[in-house]
Amino acid sequence: MWAIEFYQMGTAVRMGPAYFPAVLGFLQVALGAIILAGSFALEGPPVDTFYFRPLILVTVATIAYGYLMKPAGLIGATAALVYISALGGDEFNWKEVTILFVALILFSVLVFVKGLTLPFPICPDFIENCPIR
Amino acid sequence: MEIFHNLAMGFGIAISPMHLVYALIGCLLGTLVGVLPGIGSVATIAMLLPITFNLTPVAALIMLAGIYYGAQYGGSTTSILVNIPGEATSVVTCLDGYQMARQGRAGAALAVAALGSFFAGCVATVLIAVAAPPLAEVALKFGPSEYFSLMVFGLIAATVLAHGSLVKAIAMVVWGLLFGLIGTDVNSGVLRFTFGIPELSDGIGFVIVAMGMFGTTEIIVNLEKKGEREVFTKNVTKLWPTKDDFKRSWGAVLRGTALGSCLGILPGGGALLSSFGAYSLEKKLSKHPERFGKGAIEGVAAPESANNAGAQTSFIPMLTLGIPGNAVMALMIGALMIQGIAPGPQVMNEKPDLFWGLIASMWVGNAMLVVLNLPLIGMWVKLLTVPYRYLFPSILVFMAIGVYSLSNNPFDVLIMGIFGVVGYICAKLECEPAPMVLGFILGPLMEENLRRAMLLSRGDPTVFFTKPISATFMIASVILLVAVALPAIRKKREEVFVEED
Repeated sequence: MWAIEFYQMGTAVRMGPAYFPAVLGFLQVALGAIILAGSFALEGPPVDTFYFRPLILVTVATIAYGYLMKPAGLIGATAALVYISALGGDEFNWKEVTILFVALILFSVLVFVKGLTLPFPICPDFIENCPIR
Repeated sequence: MEIFHNLAMGFGIAISPMHLVYALIGCLLGTLVGVLPGIGSVATIAMLLPITFNLTPVAALIMLAGIYYGAQYGGSTTSILVNIPGEATSVVTCLDGYQMARQGRAGAALAVAALGSFFAGCVATVLIAVAAPPLAEVALKFGPSEYFSLMVFGLIAATVLAHGSLVKAIAMVVWGLLFGLIGTDVNSGVLRFTFGIPELSDGIGFVIVAMGMFGTTEIIVNLEKKGEREVFTKNVTKLWPTKDDFKRSWGAVLRGTALGSCLGILPGGGALLSSFGAYSLEKKLSKHPERFGKGAIEGVAAPESANNAGAQTSFIPMLTLGIPGNAVMALMIGALMIQGIAPGPQVMNEKPDLFWGLIASMWVGNAMLVVLNLPLIGMWVKLLTVPYRYLFPSILVFMAIGVYSLSNNPFDVLIMGIFGVVGYICAKLECEPAPMVLGFILGPLMEENLRRAMLLSRGDPTVFFTKPISATFMIASVILLVAVALPAIRKKREEVFVEED
């Protein structure tokens, strides 16, 4: 019920063509106020527990993929994503995750790089002569 | 008859070998994600959007549409056999479908679900063909003020039909509208809400937001549930329902189809609401409501027909008005835009091949799906035994590749990650993501039309209430809002969604 914290940003309006955003901003503040008032006035079910482990690991894994693509290539990026996100699950087994990683690399290279000709680097930067191109 | 001529042309396009292949790919993928719990049609379509760039517009839409209604077929399989909805739209099918499976009648439940869906799909296809052209004709007369009012109506309807708190739903819409405004202002070139980040000057891609809010969030939410599954794989032997089953379910199929078709057209409606509505309707009409929840075949037939009908008729507002009724339709509009086609009533006249080809392909696709889902059911059941710990990293890889390939920019992936977190917070606070996504896609359109309307009326806001069509939409929106605030109807609205728990 404490949604207010992130509803209040609504008034951040730039100058100039600010008419529409300003109207929306005021509307949002009003709605935020109603929700806040409601959260104090009414007895509701408590907010569900947050599970931070999958939340953080999955998010980090995804972002790492994006930023590792250029320096570490498709192989490095996929490795980071698969291993980090797998840690977010309730079971982690090195052998299984490695099999999954290899399968996904093969699939990505064949379908996306070869099949759909997406311009991804496959190998990390520091390997000069990449065996697969 | 012009409609037959058009339909014939549509079938000519739909059964060309290339389009048949794309329809089949769409249906296969749709059934796959429908069967697999934890990945929905929205995330899949968002994932495939970048790839459709290489296809022709017709092929792209045929494939994406196939995923959407294919998922409605696939979702029922998981609901019946595992008691986990494979797709959000099959939540109510669990109630009776799973009970039927426990009584050893899984085959009959699956068959009724598939046949009911097929019937509903056929009816909905005809309905689109009949209803869409006159609607588009009316829509061509719309000016900016009519469009603005229509969008207001659409967004309000979307919040009313979303479940959970109404105020929160409206707040989510406004969030979506605000997010949609990020980037360069079209009229003045001023950067808004970019906070000095150059990557934001073009705005946030819709695909990225959708993938974050639906894809990543779904994975994170699934990871915290450690449910055990009880799969009925052995006793799917006798597929054909008995005579008694047929007798009891045909009425339910008809009613489900009718209800689903109506709800699908409404903004904010579509497959999800249809299935809930159809189940409560059946329960209310039944002479033996106590049988529901204990394996009543009507409880499978009605929602499954309704969700398929709703899935297909939700194409009507998208195709005729260019306004998405739900998140999937918003993605379809995204697909059209990628292809350089401005969605709206003119599509039907300018691209008749696209319009009629898509409609005809729906019928072809439905026929394919019956084959995919009945004789080949064993294949899908095997898939259910794949554990989630293999699935979710794979899904993540595909999403990340899809987003990265949009512009080869890691920033997009970062934004997806951020929206994944936002989506998770929203899920925890019981705020629906769908209204936000609608607001996101409509935000720039609304502002544009508001400005034009104001320009034409020289700043006179009464223009929205003096033009007849515009006034109708405005009044309808007000009535909707008031109606929901009334205690009696509010109770009804909560009842419809209560089956989910």
